Amino acid sequence: MLETNLGWNDILFMLKGAGVTLSITAWAMLGGTILGMAFGLARTTLPWWLNAPLGAVLDVLRSVPLLIQFVLANSFKSIIGVNASAFTVACVMLSLYTASYCSEIVRGGILAVPATTRRAARSLGMTYRQDLAHIVFPMALRVALPNWIGLVLSVMKDTALVLWIGIVELLRASQIVVTRLQEPLLVLSVAGLIYFLMSFPVARLGARLEKRWHEND
Amino acid sequence: MFNYTFHWRPAFNALPRMFEGALVSLQIAVLSLVIGTAIAVVLALGRRSDNRLFYGFATGWVELARNTPALFQVYMTYFGLGSLGIHLDSYASLLVGISFNNAGYLAESFRGGLNAIPETQTRAARSLGMGATQAFRLVVLPQMFRIVFYPLTNQMVWALLMTSLGVTVGLNTDLTGVTQELNVRTFRTFEYFLFAAVIYYLMAKFITLSARLLAWRLFRY
Repeated sequence: MLETNLGWNDILFMLKGAGVTLSITAWAMLGGTILGMAFGLARTTLPWWLNAPLGAVLDVLRSVPLLIQFVLANSFKSIIGVNASAFTVACVMLSLYTASYCSEIVRGGILAVPATTRRAARSLGMTYRQDLAHIVFPMALRVALPNWIGLVLSVMKDTALVLWIGIVELLRASQIVVTRLQEPLLVLSVAGLIYFLMSFPVARLGARLEKRWHEND
Repeated sequence: MFNYTFHWRPAFNALPRMFEGALVSLQIAVLSLVIGTAIAVVLALGRRSDNRLFYGFATGWVELARNTPALFQVYMTYFGLGSLGIHLDSYASLLVGISFNNAGYLAESFRGGLNAIPETQTRAARSLGMGATQAFRLVVLPQMFRIVFYPLTNQMVWALLMTSLGVTVGLNTDLTGVTQELNVRTFRTFEYFLFAAVIYYLMAKFITLSARLLAWRLFRY
């Protein structure tokens, strides 16, 4: 029962897949955070007739399964004749998906800064930009960062879905190993362990950060 | 503009079949949420328990469910359990996988909800002559559900979106499965999946809206 054909080469192959998982996560978080901050800021400042449609579009990204979004993005790429790799499509789509969640986090952070504090900053002679940079940003960051770390974790788990458009990331890599060795339980357990090892430290960091920052509340 | 001709007619013709698939998706989502909620109450109690075995089991479940992808969990129930001699079909393994995931996520919100209910409530119930189980079932639990109702509706939407993972383990009766089957026959990928996306969106909105109505009806004082 304990004998296995799982060798170092298979493990290495899976770790390479884990590398793809991490790099998609990193790209998606980079794009998603930049876009998300822009959308989040826009959603707190724009007039309602611009705000409502933007909110609705972002809401669509959250109400349609990511798997279907990937398939749609991939086929849309072929329709408009852009010669992009599946990896690029996955990163772009996941960035948009991340941006939709990130915008809510940023918006929540900005709205958590009391209006009186902002008015006080303005009455001290700060410009709108100074108010944003020196008052709103540091205060919103404390509210938003723990949620943002939660977002990193959920995006990392969502990257597993890109296997459907033909990218060999951790889960697909382990599936390939399974087809060769026919030992699904063991190989999948190893994959699960790798996922766990990737996300658990980040989760712990988030929990610690939240605790430390809210010590004085 | 595009070097591609859209063919919407086959997609429109397929709509009745897709609606049937949508009902299956909704069914799986509802079932998994009911099962997940039942397990989550037990897990939430385990997370607060002094019994180390019970606490360890609940914590292990919650951490595993929250730190691995849902797709991994579905693979585990479909491919992994087979090694242990438990052979589930794709419908059952999807249901088990999503229920496992739901239970893990809900257990954490339930724990928060239970912590928010003052200890005095239980003590008051006990001094009125209720047993421990009665006090929990009749006093604590209803108050907890009021607190966690919003996360619960969120999880319901999540469960619906997660049902789309069934296609990766060969389920062909739910909305994504039906769409994929139509897709491989005609390769009108964009048209079919766009319709599927619209149906998913409408279902998600339907869930949010009906939950809001239900909350208004259930939780007014």
